[in-house]
Amino acid sequence: MATFEITTRSIKGDLKTDTMILNMGPQHPSTHGVLRLELVVDGEIIVDVIPHLGYLHRCFEKHAEQMTNYQQVIPYVDRMDYVAAMGNELAYVLAVEKLMGIEVPERVQYIRVIMAELQRIASHLLAIGTYGLDLGAFTPFLWCFREREKILDMFEITCGARLLYNYIWIGGLSHDLPSDFGKKLKDFLKTFPKALKEINDLLTYNKIFIDRTANIGVLPADVAINYGCSGPMLRGSGVKFDLRKNEPYLVYDRFEFDIPVGEGKMGTVGDCWDRYYVRVREMEESLKIIEQAWEQLPAGDVHAAIPKKARPPQGEVYFRTENPRGELGFYIISDGHSSSPFRVKARAPSFVNLSVLPEISKGYMIADLVAILGSVDIVLGEVDR
Amino acid sequence: MTANEIYEKIKTKFEDAIIEFKPDAVVEPYLEVKPDKIKEICEFLRDEPDLGFDYLMCLSGVDYANGTLGVVYHLYSMKHGHRFVLKVKVPIENPVVQSVESVWKSANWHEREAYDMFGIIFEGHPDLRRILMPYDWPEGSYPLRKDFQVPEFYNGMKVPY
Repeated sequence: MATFEITTRSIKGDLKTDTMILNMGPQHPSTHGVLRLELVVDGEIIVDVIPHLGYLHRCFEKHAEQMTNYQQVIPYVDRMDYVAAMGNELAYVLAVEKLMGIEVPERVQYIRVIMAELQRIASHLLAIGTYGLDLGAFTPFLWCFREREKILDMFEITCGARLLYNYIWIGGLSHDLPSDFGKKLKDFLKTFPKALKEINDLLTYNKIFIDRTANIGVLPADVAINYGCSGPMLRGSGVKFDLRKNEPYLVYDRFEFDIPVGEGKMGTVGDCWDRYYVRVREMEESLKIIEQAWEQLPAGDVHAAIPKKARPPQGEVYFRTENPRGELGFYIISDGHSSSPFRVKARAPSFVNLSVLPEISKGYMIADLVAILGSVDIVLGEVDR
Repeated sequence: MTANEIYEKIKTKFEDAIIEFKPDAVVEPYLEVKPDKIKEICEFLRDEPDLGFDYLMCLSGVDYANGTLGVVYHLYSMKHGHRFVLKVKVPIENPVVQSVESVWKSANWHEREAYDMFGIIFEGHPDLRRILMPYDWPEGSYPLRKDFQVPEFYNGMKVPY
Protein backbone atom coordinates (compact mmCIF):
# COMPACT_ATOMS: atom_id res chain seq x y z
CA MET A 1 0.00 0.00 0.00
CA ALA A 2 1.42 3.35 -0.97
CA THR A 3 1.29 6.00 1.66
CA PHE A 4 1.75 9.70 1.28
CA GLU A 5 4.96 9.84 3.35
CA ILE A 6 6.87 7.47 1.12
CA THR A 7 5.68 8.95 -2.12
CA THR A 8 6.23 12.61 -1.35
CA ARG A 9 9.73 11.94 -0.11
CA SER A 10 10.81 10.22 -3.27
CA ILE A 11 9.36 12.98 -5.41
CA LYS A 12 11.26 15.62 -3.47
CA GLY A 13 14.34 13.70 -4.43
CA ASP A 14 16.29 12.14 -1.61
CA LEU A 15 17.30 9.84 -4.40
CA LYS A 16 17.90 11.70 -7.63
CA THR A 17 16.14 10.07 -10.55
CA ASP A 18 14.95 11.15 -13.98
CA THR A 19 11.32 11.12 -14.96
CA MET A 20 10.13 8.89 -17.75
CA ILE A 21 7.06 9.00 -19.98
CA LEU A 22 4.90 5.92 -20.11
CA ASN A 23 1.86 5.38 -22.29
CA MET A 24 -1.12 3.64 -20.76
CA GLY A 25 -3.73 2.80 -23.34
CA PRO A 26 -5.56 3.28 -25.63
CA GLN A 27 -5.71 -0.53 -25.62
CA HIS A 28 -5.17 -1.11 -21.94
CA PRO A 29 -7.68 -3.34 -20.13
CA SER A 30 -7.95 -1.12 -17.08
CA THR A 31 -8.81 2.03 -19.01
CA HIS A 32 -12.27 0.51 -19.61
CA GLY A 33 -12.31 1.40 -23.26
CA VAL A 34 -10.14 3.54 -25.43
CA LEU A 35 -8.52 6.10 -23.21
CA ARG A 36 -4.86 6.99 -23.45
CA LEU A 37 -3.09 8.23 -20.37
CA GLU A 38 0.32 9.77 -20.78
CA LEU A 39 2.08 9.14 -17.49
CA VAL A 40 5.11 11.04 -16.34
CA VAL A 41 6.67 8.68 -13.82
CA ASP A 42 9.57 8.82 -11.43
CA GLY A 43 10.31 5.14 -11.05
CA GLU A 44 6.98 3.72 -9.91
CA ILE A 45 5.68 7.07 -8.70
CA ILE A 46 3.31 9.12 -10.81
CA VAL A 47 4.43 12.72 -11.26
CA ASP A 48 1.78 13.73 -13.77
CA VAL A 49 -1.07 12.24 -15.79
CA ILE A 50 -2.17 13.72 -19.10
CA PRO A 51 -5.37 12.12 -20.44
CA HIS A 52 -5.84 12.00 -24.21
CA LEU A 53 -9.41 11.34 -25.25
CA GLY A 54 -11.46 11.30 -28.40
CA TYR A 55 -10.77 7.78 -29.67
CA LEU A 56 -14.50 7.04 -29.56
CA HIS A 57 -15.65 10.47 -30.70
CA ARG A 58 -18.68 10.34 -33.00
CA CYS A 59 -19.77 13.95 -32.61
CA PHE A 60 -23.14 13.09 -31.13
CA GLU A 61 -23.97 16.78 -30.95
CA LYS A 62 -23.65 17.21 -34.72
CA HIS A 63 -25.75 14.10 -35.29
CA ALA A 64 -28.46 15.49 -33.06
CA GLU A 65 -28.61 18.72 -35.06
CA GLN A 66 -29.00 16.82 -38.31
CA MET A 67 -31.88 14.58 -37.30
CA THR A 68 -35.25 15.39 -38.79
CA ASN A 69 -37.01 15.43 -35.43
CA TYR A 70 -36.41 15.37 -31.70
CA GLN A 71 -37.55 11.76 -31.31
CA GLN A 72 -34.79 10.49 -33.60
CA VAL A 73 -32.09 11.72 -31.24
CA ILE A 74 -33.06 9.19 -28.56
CA PRO A 75 -31.22 6.14 -30.05
CA TYR A 76 -28.07 8.26 -30.34
CA VAL A 77 -28.40 9.27 -26.72
CA ASP A 78 -28.51 5.56 -25.79
CA ARG A 79 -25.06 5.11 -27.21
CA MET A 80 -23.43 7.67 -24.97
CA ASP A 81 -23.36 5.90 -21.64
CA TYR A 82 -24.11 2.50 -23.11
CA VAL A 83 -24.24 0.66 -19.78
CA ALA A 84 -26.91 3.05 -18.46
CA ALA A 85 -28.90 3.82 -21.58
CA MET A 86 -32.22 4.24 -19.73
CA GLY A 87 -30.76 7.09 -17.72
CA ASN A 88 -29.57 8.88 -20.83
CA GLU A 89 -32.93 8.60 -22.55
CA LEU A 90 -34.62 9.84 -19.43
CA ALA A 91 -32.43 12.94 -19.18
CA TYR A 92 -32.87 13.86 -22.84
CA VAL A 93 -36.60 13.22 -22.89
CA LEU A 94 -37.18 15.18 -19.70
CA ALA A 95 -35.23 18.10 -21.13
CA VAL A 96 -37.34 18.16 -24.29
CA GLU A 97 -40.55 17.75 -22.29
CA LYS A 98 -39.57 20.62 -20.05
CA LEU A 99 -38.91 22.81 -23.07
CA MET A 100 -42.30 21.89 -24.52
CA GLY A 101 -44.08 22.13 -21.17
CA ILE A 102 -45.52 18.60 -21.37
CA GLU A 103 -46.80 16.87 -18.25
CA VAL A 104 -46.77 13.10 -18.68
CA PRO A 105 -49.26 10.70 -17.01
CA GLU A 106 -48.46 9.39 -13.54
CA ARG A 107 -48.08 5.80 -14.66
CA VAL A 108 -45.40 6.85 -17.14
CA GLN A 109 -43.53 8.72 -14.43
CA TYR A 110 -43.58 5.70 -12.12
CA ILE A 111 -42.42 3.32 -14.83
CA ARG A 112 -39.64 5.72 -15.70
CA VAL A 113 -38.52 5.78 -12.08
CA ILE A 114 -38.53 1.98 -11.89
CA MET A 115 -36.54 1.70 -15.11
CA ALA A 116 -34.04 4.36 -14.10
CA GLU A 117 -33.42 2.71 -10.75
CA LEU A 118 -33.11 -0.78 -12.22
CA GLN A 119 -30.63 0.69 -14.65
CA ARG A 120 -28.73 2.28 -11.78
CA ILE A 121 -28.39 -1.11 -10.09
CA ALA A 122 -27.30 -2.76 -13.34
CA SER A 123 -24.76 -0.02 -13.99
CA HIS A 124 -23.35 -0.10 -10.46
CA LEU A 125 -23.10 -3.89 -10.62
CA LEU A 126 -20.99 -3.54 -13.72
CA ALA A 127 -18.91 -0.83 -12.09
CA ILE A 128 -18.28 -2.92 -8.99
CA GLY A 129 -17.65 -6.13 -10.89
CA THR A 130 -15.12 -4.62 -13.25
CA TYR A 131 -13.53 -2.72 -10.38
CA GLY A 132 -12.89 -6.01 -8.64
CA LEU A 133 -11.51 -7.35 -11.91
CA ASP A 134 -9.14 -4.38 -12.18
CA LEU A 135 -7.75 -5.22 -8.77
CA GLY A 136 -7.44 -8.93 -9.41
CA ALA A 137 -10.68 -10.28 -7.94
CA PHE A 138 -12.32 -12.35 -10.62
CA THR A 139 -15.21 -14.06 -8.83
CA PRO A 140 -17.20 -10.94 -7.81
CA PHE A 141 -17.28 -9.97 -11.47
CA LEU A 142 -19.15 -13.14 -12.39
CA TRP A 143 -21.50 -12.81 -9.43
CA CYS A 144 -22.29 -9.20 -10.33
CA PHE A 145 -22.98 -10.17 -13.91
CA ARG A 146 -25.32 -12.94 -12.80
CA GLU A 147 -27.44 -10.35 -10.98
CA ARG A 148 -27.16 -7.82 -13.80
CA GLU A 149 -28.43 -10.44 -16.19
CA LYS A 150 -31.75 -10.57 -14.32
CA ILE A 151 -32.24 -6.85 -14.82
CA LEU A 152 -31.35 -7.07 -18.50
CA ASP A 153 -33.91 -9.86 -18.83
CA MET A 154 -36.56 -7.54 -17.41
CA PHE A 155 -35.58 -4.84 -19.90
CA GLU A 156 -35.66 -7.38 -22.70
CA ILE A 157 -39.21 -8.54 -22.02
CA THR A 158 -40.27 -4.89 -21.75
CA CYS A 159 -38.79 -3.41 -24.90
CA GLY A 160 -36.96 -6.16 -26.73
CA ALA A 161 -33.46 -4.80 -26.25
CA ARG A 162 -30.88 -5.66 -23.64
CA LEU A 163 -28.51 -2.75 -23.86
CA LEU A 164 -29.76 0.11 -26.05
CA TYR A 165 -33.45 0.46 -25.43
CA ASN A 166 -35.10 3.41 -27.15
CA TYR A 167 -37.83 2.82 -24.57
CA ILE A 168 -38.50 6.22 -23.02
CA TRP A 169 -40.11 8.45 -25.60
CA ILE A 170 -41.09 12.08 -25.63
CA GLY A 171 -44.48 12.21 -23.97
CA GLY A 172 -44.58 8.57 -22.93
CA LEU A 173 -43.01 5.16 -23.40
CA SER A 174 -42.69 2.86 -26.39
CA HIS A 175 -44.53 0.01 -24.61
CA ASP A 176 -46.40 -0.56 -21.41
CA LEU A 177 -44.98 -3.12 -18.98
CA PRO A 178 -45.62 -6.74 -20.01
CA SER A 179 -47.80 -8.89 -17.76
CA ASP A 180 -44.97 -11.03 -16.36
CA PHE A 181 -42.81 -8.02 -15.48
CA GLY A 182 -44.24 -7.82 -11.96
CA LYS A 183 -43.35 -11.41 -11.14
CA LYS A 184 -39.78 -11.01 -12.36
CA LEU A 185 -39.39 -7.75 -10.47
CA LYS A 186 -40.67 -9.26 -7.24
CA ASP A 187 -38.32 -12.22 -7.60
CA PHE A 188 -35.46 -9.82 -8.12
CA LEU A 189 -36.42 -7.66 -5.14
CA LYS A 190 -36.50 -10.75 -2.98
CA THR A 191 -33.20 -12.31 -4.06
CA PHE A 192 -31.06 -9.23 -4.63
CA PRO A 193 -30.40 -8.23 -0.99
CA LYS A 194 -28.95 -11.69 -0.39
CA ALA A 195 -26.77 -11.46 -3.48
CA LEU A 196 -25.60 -8.03 -2.40
CA LYS A 197 -24.58 -9.41 0.96
CA GLU A 198 -22.57 -12.11 -0.77
CA ILE A 199 -20.81 -9.55 -2.91
CA ASN A 200 -20.08 -7.49 0.20
CA ASP A 201 -18.58 -10.47 1.98
CA LEU A 202 -16.54 -11.40 -1.03
CA LEU A 203 -15.22 -8.01 -2.11
CA THR A 204 -16.15 -5.02 0.04
CA TYR A 205 -14.61 -6.27 3.27
CA ASN A 206 -11.84 -8.25 1.63
CA LYS A 207 -8.50 -7.36 3.23
CA ILE A 208 -6.59 -7.24 -0.04
CA PHE A 209 -9.29 -5.12 -1.67
CA ILE A 210 -9.27 -2.66 1.23
CA ASP A 211 -5.48 -2.43 1.11
CA ARG A 212 -5.60 -1.61 -2.56
CA THR A 213 -8.31 1.06 -2.27
CA ALA A 214 -8.31 2.70 1.16
CA ASN A 215 -6.31 5.94 1.40
CA ILE A 216 -5.74 5.86 -2.37
CA GLY A 217 -6.80 8.67 -4.69
CA VAL A 218 -8.17 10.91 -1.96
CA LEU A 219 -10.47 13.59 -3.37
CA PRO A 220 -11.30 16.38 -0.89
CA ALA A 221 -14.81 17.81 -1.05
CA ASP A 222 -13.83 21.35 -2.13
CA VAL A 223 -11.69 20.01 -4.97
CA ALA A 224 -14.55 17.76 -6.07
CA ILE A 225 -16.95 20.71 -6.25
CA ASN A 226 -14.45 22.94 -8.01
CA TYR A 227 -13.83 20.28 -10.66
CA GLY A 228 -17.56 19.80 -11.12
CA CYS A 229 -17.56 16.17 -9.97
CA SER A 230 -20.94 14.58 -9.44
CA GLY A 231 -22.59 11.33 -8.56
CA PRO A 232 -20.73 8.77 -6.43
CA MET A 233 -17.53 10.72 -7.09
CA LEU A 234 -18.90 13.75 -5.23
CA ARG A 235 -20.78 11.80 -2.58
CA GLY A 236 -17.73 9.64 -1.92
CA SER A 237 -16.03 12.84 -0.77
CA GLY A 238 -18.73 13.36 1.84
CA VAL A 239 -20.92 15.90 0.03
CA LYS A 240 -24.56 15.01 0.53
CA PHE A 241 -25.80 16.03 -2.87
CA ASP A 242 -28.14 14.01 -5.03
CA LEU A 243 -30.33 15.56 -7.71
CA ARG A 244 -33.12 13.10 -6.89
CA LYS A 245 -33.36 14.85 -3.50
CA ASN A 246 -31.93 18.32 -4.14
CA GLU A 247 -33.74 19.04 -7.41
CA PRO A 248 -36.42 16.34 -7.55
CA TYR A 249 -37.74 15.40 -10.99
CA LEU A 250 -40.37 12.82 -11.94
CA VAL A 251 -41.96 11.56 -8.71
CA TYR A 252 -38.78 11.10 -6.67
CA ASP A 253 -40.09 13.38 -3.93
CA ARG A 254 -42.70 10.76 -3.02
CA PHE A 255 -40.23 8.07 -2.03
CA GLU A 256 -38.21 7.59 1.10
CA PHE A 257 -34.55 6.90 0.58
CA ASP A 258 -31.19 7.99 1.93
CA ILE A 259 -28.23 9.51 0.19
CA PRO A 260 -25.15 7.46 1.08
CA VAL A 261 -21.97 9.51 1.44
CA GLY A 262 -18.36 8.59 2.02
CA GLU A 263 -17.45 8.42 5.69
CA GLY A 264 -13.84 7.34 5.57
CA LYS A 265 -14.68 4.02 7.19
CA MET A 266 -11.53 2.28 5.97
CA GLY A 267 -9.23 5.26 5.58
CA THR A 268 -9.69 8.87 4.52
CA VAL A 269 -12.95 10.44 3.40
CA GLY A 270 -12.99 10.56 -0.39
CA ASP A 271 -10.67 7.64 -1.10
CA CYS A 272 -11.30 4.91 -3.64
CA TRP A 273 -12.95 2.61 -1.12
CA ASP A 274 -15.43 5.33 -0.18
CA ARG A 275 -16.42 5.89 -3.80
CA TYR A 276 -16.80 2.15 -4.25
CA TYR A 277 -18.87 1.76 -1.11
CA VAL A 278 -21.18 4.64 -2.03
CA ARG A 279 -22.09 2.65 -5.15
CA VAL A 280 -22.80 -0.47 -3.11
CA ARG A 281 -25.08 1.40 -0.75
CA GLU A 282 -26.80 3.27 -3.57
CA MET A 283 -27.98 -0.07 -4.88
CA GLU A 284 -29.74 -0.72 -1.57
CA GLU A 285 -31.41 2.70 -1.81
CA SER A 286 -32.46 2.08 -5.40
CA LEU A 287 -34.03 -1.15 -4.26
CA LYS A 288 -36.08 0.79 -1.70
CA ILE A 289 -37.25 3.21 -4.38
CA ILE A 290 -38.26 0.41 -6.74
CA GLU A 291 -40.23 -1.35 -3.99
CA GLN A 292 -42.16 1.81 -3.16
CA ALA A 293 -42.72 2.73 -6.79
CA TRP A 294 -44.04 -0.72 -7.61
CA GLU A 295 -46.49 -0.54 -4.71
CA GLN A 296 -47.78 2.88 -5.74
CA LEU A 297 -47.82 2.20 -9.51
CA PRO A 298 -51.12 3.59 -10.84
CA ALA A 299 -53.03 2.22 -13.83
CA GLY A 300 -53.44 4.24 -17.00
CA ASP A 301 -52.20 4.97 -20.48
CA VAL A 302 -48.51 5.28 -21.29
CA HIS A 303 -48.89 7.49 -24.34
CA ALA A 304 -49.58 11.11 -23.49
CA ALA A 305 -51.38 13.07 -26.14
CA ILE A 306 -48.58 14.82 -27.97
CA PRO A 307 -48.23 15.64 -31.66
CA LYS A 308 -46.34 13.07 -33.74
CA LYS A 309 -43.60 15.57 -34.38
CA ALA A 310 -42.36 17.35 -31.30
CA ARG A 311 -41.86 21.02 -32.08
CA PRO A 312 -40.82 22.95 -28.97
CA PRO A 313 -41.24 26.72 -28.80
CA GLN A 314 -38.27 28.99 -29.38
CA GLY A 315 -36.13 28.85 -26.29
CA GLU A 316 -33.55 26.85 -24.47
CA VAL A 317 -33.33 24.56 -21.50
CA TYR A 318 -30.66 23.00 -19.35
CA PHE A 319 -32.03 19.96 -17.60
CA ARG A 320 -30.02 17.60 -15.42
CA THR A 321 -30.73 14.24 -13.87
CA GLU A 322 -28.89 11.91 -11.56
CA ASN A 323 -27.45 9.24 -13.80
CA PRO A 324 -25.54 6.31 -12.24
CA ARG A 325 -22.29 8.14 -12.99
CA GLY A 326 -23.43 11.56 -11.89
CA GLU A 327 -25.10 14.64 -13.23
CA LEU A 328 -26.14 14.14 -16.83
CA GLY A 329 -27.35 17.42 -18.27
CA PHE A 330 -28.74 18.33 -21.65
CA TYR A 331 -28.59 21.87 -22.95
CA ILE A 332 -31.05 22.11 -25.81
CA ILE A 333 -31.74 25.15 -27.97
CA SER A 334 -34.83 25.20 -30.15
CA ASP A 335 -35.23 27.80 -32.89
CA GLY A 336 -39.00 27.48 -32.77
CA HIS A 337 -39.74 26.70 -36.40
CA SER A 338 -37.74 23.60 -37.35
CA SER A 339 -38.53 20.17 -35.94
CA SER A 340 -34.92 19.30 -35.15
CA PRO A 341 -32.88 20.80 -32.31
CA PHE A 342 -30.72 23.81 -33.14
CA ARG A 343 -28.09 22.78 -30.63
CA VAL A 344 -27.78 19.90 -28.18
CA LYS A 345 -24.97 19.85 -25.69
CA ALA A 346 -24.58 16.84 -23.45
CA ARG A 347 -22.87 17.48 -20.15
CA ALA A 348 -21.58 13.99 -19.57
CA PRO A 349 -20.75 13.05 -15.98
CA SER A 350 -17.84 10.79 -16.97
CA PHE A 351 -16.24 13.57 -19.02
CA VAL A 352 -16.27 15.97 -16.11
CA ASN A 353 -15.34 13.37 -13.49
CA LEU A 354 -12.37 12.24 -15.55
CA SER A 355 -10.94 15.76 -15.60
CA VAL A 356 -10.08 15.45 -11.92
CA LEU A 357 -7.92 12.35 -12.50
CA PRO A 358 -4.56 14.18 -12.82
CA GLU A 359 -5.33 15.99 -9.59
CA ILE A 360 -5.99 12.89 -7.49
CA SER A 361 -3.41 10.49 -8.89
CA LYS A 362 -0.19 12.47 -8.41
CA GLY A 363 2.17 10.86 -5.93
CA TYR A 364 0.71 7.37 -6.10
CA MET A 365 2.08 4.23 -7.74
CA ILE A 366 1.24 3.17 -11.28
CA ALA A 367 -0.69 0.19 -9.91
CA ASP A 368 -2.73 2.60 -7.79
CA LEU A 369 -3.71 4.52 -10.89
CA VAL A 370 -5.63 1.44 -12.02
CA ALA A 371 -7.54 1.54 -8.73
CA ILE A 372 -8.16 5.29 -9.01
CA LEU A 373 -9.35 5.14 -12.61
CA GLY A 374 -11.63 2.23 -11.79
CA SER A 375 -13.15 4.16 -8.90
CA VAL A 376 -13.93 7.12 -11.16
CA ASP A 377 -15.99 4.65 -13.21
CA ILE A 378 -15.85 6.17 -16.67
CA VAL A 379 -17.64 5.00 -19.77
CA LEU A 380 -15.74 6.12 -22.82
CA GLY A 381 -18.83 6.27 -24.98
CA GLU A 382 -19.91 9.13 -22.80
CA VAL A 383 -16.53 10.79 -22.31
CA ASP A 384 -15.98 11.06 -26.06
CA ARG A 385 -19.63 11.21 -27.13
CA MET B 1 -32.28 33.85 -4.48
CA THR B 2 -34.28 34.36 -7.63
CA ALA B 3 -32.68 35.24 -10.95
CA ASN B 4 -33.98 38.82 -10.67
CA GLU B 5 -32.30 39.36 -7.32
CA ILE B 6 -29.05 37.91 -8.62
CA TYR B 7 -29.29 40.19 -11.64
CA GLU B 8 -29.80 43.25 -9.41
CA LYS B 9 -26.69 42.33 -7.45
CA ILE B 10 -24.61 42.01 -10.59
CA LYS B 11 -26.06 45.25 -11.94
CA THR B 12 -24.96 47.33 -8.99
CA LYS B 13 -21.37 46.18 -9.46
CA PHE B 14 -21.01 45.72 -13.24
CA GLU B 15 -23.46 48.22 -14.71
CA ASP B 16 -21.44 48.80 -17.90
CA ALA B 17 -20.72 45.09 -18.59
CA ILE B 18 -24.38 44.13 -19.00
CA ILE B 19 -25.82 43.77 -22.48
CA GLU B 20 -29.22 42.20 -21.94
CA PHE B 21 -31.24 40.52 -19.21
CA LYS B 22 -34.12 38.28 -20.29
CA PRO B 23 -36.29 37.58 -17.24
CA ASP B 24 -39.11 36.07 -19.32
CA ALA B 25 -37.13 33.67 -21.56
CA VAL B 26 -38.70 30.23 -22.08
CA VAL B 27 -37.85 27.94 -19.12
CA GLU B 28 -35.04 30.01 -17.60
CA PRO B 29 -33.97 33.68 -17.43
CA TYR B 30 -30.48 34.53 -18.62
CA LEU B 31 -28.07 37.44 -18.59
CA GLU B 32 -25.84 38.42 -21.48
CA VAL B 33 -22.61 40.20 -20.62
CA LYS B 34 -19.53 41.50 -22.39
CA PRO B 35 -16.92 38.80 -23.18
CA ASP B 36 -14.04 40.79 -21.68
CA LYS B 37 -15.79 41.09 -18.32
CA ILE B 38 -16.94 37.50 -17.87
CA LYS B 39 -14.07 36.44 -15.63
CA GLU B 40 -14.55 39.31 -13.21
CA ILE B 41 -18.28 38.65 -13.04
CA CYS B 42 -17.74 34.94 -12.45
CA GLU B 43 -15.25 35.66 -9.68
CA PHE B 44 -17.79 37.99 -8.10
CA LEU B 45 -20.53 35.37 -8.39
CA ARG B 46 -18.33 32.76 -6.77
CA ASP B 47 -16.88 34.87 -3.96
CA GLU B 48 -19.88 36.95 -2.84
CA PRO B 49 -21.13 35.07 0.26
CA ASP B 50 -24.86 35.25 -0.48
CA LEU B 51 -24.42 34.29 -4.14
CA GLY B 52 -21.86 31.51 -3.63
CA PHE B 53 -21.84 29.98 -7.12
CA ASP B 54 -19.27 27.30 -6.48
CA TYR B 55 -20.36 24.80 -9.13
CA LEU B 56 -20.16 25.21 -12.89
CA MET B 57 -22.76 22.76 -14.17
CA CYS B 58 -22.15 23.23 -17.84
CA LEU B 59 -20.29 25.44 -20.27
CA SER B 60 -21.46 25.21 -23.86
CA GLY B 61 -20.30 26.77 -27.08
CA VAL B 62 -23.01 27.75 -29.54
CA ASP B 63 -22.97 28.85 -33.18
CA TYR B 64 -25.96 31.13 -33.67
CA ALA B 65 -25.66 30.85 -37.49
CA ASN B 66 -25.66 34.63 -37.98
CA GLY B 67 -21.95 35.25 -37.75
CA THR B 68 -21.99 35.06 -33.97
CA LEU B 69 -20.56 32.47 -31.63
CA GLY B 70 -21.57 32.25 -28.02
CA VAL B 71 -20.65 30.66 -24.73
CA VAL B 72 -23.31 29.76 -22.19
CA TYR B 73 -22.50 29.25 -18.52
CA HIS B 74 -24.87 27.32 -16.29
CA LEU B 75 -24.02 28.01 -12.67
CA TYR B 76 -25.23 26.41 -9.48
CA SER B 77 -24.64 27.10 -5.83
CA MET B 78 -24.21 24.04 -3.62
CA LYS B 79 -24.59 26.22 -0.55
CA HIS B 80 -27.80 28.05 -1.45
CA GLY B 81 -29.28 25.76 -4.08
CA HIS B 82 -29.96 28.46 -6.66
CA ARG B 83 -28.92 28.62 -10.31
CA PHE B 84 -28.15 31.26 -12.91
CA VAL B 85 -27.39 31.41 -16.62
CA LEU B 86 -24.76 33.71 -18.13
CA LYS B 87 -24.10 34.24 -21.81
CA VAL B 88 -21.50 35.96 -23.94
CA LYS B 89 -21.54 36.49 -27.67
CA VAL B 90 -18.57 37.15 -29.94
CA PRO B 91 -18.18 37.73 -33.70
CA ILE B 92 -17.07 34.65 -35.64
CA GLU B 93 -14.09 36.50 -37.18
CA ASN B 94 -12.54 37.20 -33.80
CA PRO B 95 -14.02 34.82 -31.22
CA VAL B 96 -12.10 35.71 -28.07
CA VAL B 97 -13.60 35.16 -24.62
CA GLN B 98 -11.94 35.36 -21.24
CA SER B 99 -11.27 31.96 -19.71
CA VAL B 100 -12.93 31.12 -16.40
CA GLU B 101 -10.61 28.18 -15.76
CA SER B 102 -9.09 29.98 -12.78
CA VAL B 103 -12.57 30.40 -11.26
CA TRP B 104 -13.81 26.83 -11.70
CA LYS B 105 -11.41 24.05 -12.69
CA SER B 106 -14.25 22.19 -14.39
CA ALA B 107 -14.19 24.90 -17.07
CA ASN B 108 -10.83 23.58 -18.26
CA TRP B 109 -12.12 20.66 -20.32
CA HIS B 110 -15.39 22.35 -21.24
CA GLU B 111 -13.48 25.28 -22.71
CA ARG B 112 -11.14 22.97 -24.56
CA GLU B 113 -14.21 21.28 -26.03
CA ALA B 114 -15.73 24.60 -27.07
CA TYR B 115 -12.41 25.56 -28.68
CA ASP B 116 -12.23 22.19 -30.40
CA MET B 117 -15.76 22.31 -31.78
CA PHE B 118 -16.31 26.02 -32.43
CA GLY B 119 -12.88 27.60 -32.47
CA ILE B 120 -13.64 29.94 -29.60
CA ILE B 121 -10.37 31.24 -28.16
CA PHE B 122 -10.34 31.35 -24.38
CA GLU B 123 -7.89 34.00 -23.26
CA GLY B 124 -5.89 32.94 -20.23
CA HIS B 125 -6.59 29.22 -20.57
CA PRO B 126 -3.47 27.30 -19.48
CA ASP B 127 -3.69 24.48 -22.02
CA LEU B 128 -5.93 25.29 -24.98
CA ARG B 129 -5.55 22.20 -27.18
CA ARG B 130 -8.01 20.08 -29.11
CA ILE B 131 -9.63 17.54 -26.82
CA LEU B 132 -12.02 15.30 -28.76
CA MET B 133 -10.89 15.75 -32.35
CA PRO B 134 -7.53 14.24 -33.39
CA TYR B 135 -4.48 16.44 -32.92
CA ASP B 136 -3.82 16.39 -36.68
CA TRP B 137 -7.27 17.75 -37.53
CA PRO B 138 -6.87 20.66 -39.98
CA GLU B 139 -6.25 24.05 -38.45
CA GLY B 140 -9.29 26.28 -38.63
CA SER B 141 -11.77 23.43 -39.17
CA TYR B 142 -14.37 23.29 -36.42
CA PRO B 143 -17.00 20.54 -36.77
CA LEU B 144 -19.90 22.02 -34.82
CA ARG B 145 -19.95 25.30 -36.69
CA LYS B 146 -23.03 25.56 -38.85
CA ASP B 147 -21.00 26.21 -42.02
CA PHE B 148 -18.81 23.11 -41.52
CA GLN B 149 -18.27 20.96 -44.60
CA VAL B 150 -17.28 17.32 -44.22
CA PRO B 151 -13.80 17.10 -45.82
CA GLU B 152 -13.50 14.88 -48.86
CA PHE B 153 -10.20 13.39 -47.70
CA TYR B 154 -8.77 12.82 -44.26
CA ASN B 155 -5.04 12.00 -44.10
CA GLY B 156 -5.18 10.84 -47.70
CA MET B 157 -8.13 8.50 -47.10
CA LYS B 158 -11.42 9.14 -48.87
CA VAL B 159 -14.27 9.84 -46.48
CA PRO B 160 -16.99 7.37 -47.56
CA TYR B 161 -20.01 9.72 -47.36
